[in-house]
Formats: sequence, structure tokens, C-alpha cells
Amino acid sequence: MGATELSDAQIVDRCRSGDEAAWAALVERFSRYVHAIATAHRLPDEDAEDVFQDVFARTYEHLDRLRDDDAIRPWIGQLTRRLCIDRLRAARASEPLDDAGEHGAADERLDQIEQAVAVRDALARLSADCQEILDRFFARDESYRAIGEALAIPAGTIASRISRCLGRLREELEGRSDGA
Amino acid sequence: MAPDRPVDMPLGEEDIGRLLGSLPPAPAGWVAAAAELPRARRALAAIEAELAGEPERAAVTERLERALAEAGVEPTPEIVRAMRRRLGGG
Repeated sequence: MGATELSDAQIVDRCRSGDEAAWAALVERFSRYVHAIATAHRLPDEDAEDVFQDVFARTYEHLDRLRDDDAIRPWIGQLTRRLCIDRLRAARASEPLDDAGEHGAADERLDQIEQAVAVRDALARLSADCQEILDRFFARDESYRAIGEALAIPAGTIASRISRCLGRLREELEGRSDGA
Repeated sequence: MAPDRPVDMPLGEEDIGRLLGSLPPAPAGWVAAAAELPRARRALAAIEAELAGEPERAAVTERLERALAEAGVEPTPEIVRAMRRRLGGG
């Protein structure tokens, strides 16, 4: 079984035993999540990169001390949020941080990220073709033409494929999929 | 198969597309640097052992790119920055 097919707990277990491919898979699995949380806090790029690297460095160091391997995602999410807030506090040391409006907006963005993670989990259960085309169109913001060229399919069929895959994804989210 | 974490409300296809768009890929260099962490850590440990007692840690950072390359880790800017941070070299 490839590392990408493993559960979170299985990947953590392999990382703990020194499996570097599993570590790379763990980074790949959570990279969008960590990046999105840093982006939601409106950190400058350099700070966001620092937080990103710090999250994975601390995760690597903390692997042996996780209480629940299946709960690594919330652990990483909480760590990322804490490091982002530390950065904001350091940057705004001379200014009041407790801006209710900004906090409310950030909370809303973080809620949206959690919902987006649920959608991506459902996406991961679709066929590789559907995962690829939906990710390229929505997450990578690629044009029909670019997608057609990358996947060697006629650009004229992209819209219908996206629509079909979106329908399957919605079924998956609603728990009524028989496998796509 | 039921979703692991069902969303709280029914989502239209437009909502689903918007949510997919809210998780774009992290910059490839960031991901590569984090993925190289175990090998980079080993390379760093070797450098630190070799230069134990060196008075100026800045001297260590000057050797970083070459040492990473010798250890088989491509010294991308992201990895070098991450290692400099680790060494406290700014």
C-alpha cells in the first residue's frame, strides 16, 4: 500500500519508524491545510513560510509524543493557528491585536478551511481522473485549455467532465456514493 | 461510503467548487523543503558534530549550501533558509 493510501495514524506510525517516504506523504497531505491557515491569518509571505516550516519541524520532533495518532490533523491545525497568532503578536507588539472585526473574519476563514478539508477528504475518495480535473480547475485555477493539454483530453469535454465529477463529489459528501 | 466528517449543511456544486478553491497547493519549494527535513536534519547533525566547539556559529552557516549538497540534499533557497533558521544564523 502506498503512503498516500494510508490513514493518518498509519502514516504517523511509519514516520515514527524513520520511513522518509511516509514523512514526505505526511507533508504533502497536510501542506494545503497549513498553508491555508497561514493565509487565513493574512501573514506576509515570509512569515507564512516560516510558520509552514516551523509547523512541520515541530511535528517531526513531536511524533513520539502524540497522544492520538488519528488526531494529528487537529493537532497540526491548532499548532499552526498558535504559531500564526504568535507571529501576528510579534509583528504588532506596539499595536493592539485584539481587533474584534479582524478576529471575526479570521474565525470565519478558519471555519471555511475546516469545511474545505471535509470536501477534500471526499474528493480523495473519487476516481483519480475526477480528483485531477477538479483540483486543476478549482484549486489550481487552470483554464479548460491548460487542463485539456495537461490531461490530453479535448478542451470541449472539460466542462461536462467537471460537472459530472462535481455531482459525484456531492454524492460522496452526502454519503450516497457507490464509488466513482 | 459515508463521509468521515460530513459537512454540516447541504452544499451546492458552486459551494463545493468554492471550497475546493480555498485549499490551493502550498508553494512547491515550501513543500519540498519540509519533505527533506529528515535528510536535512541528518546533514545538519553531521555538520554540528564536525564543527563542535567552533567559536562562531556563523561559520557553520557559510558552509551550509556545500554541506547540504554533499549530503545529497538539493540546497534550494527554502531549505537553506530553513536550515539557517535552525542554526540561528538569520
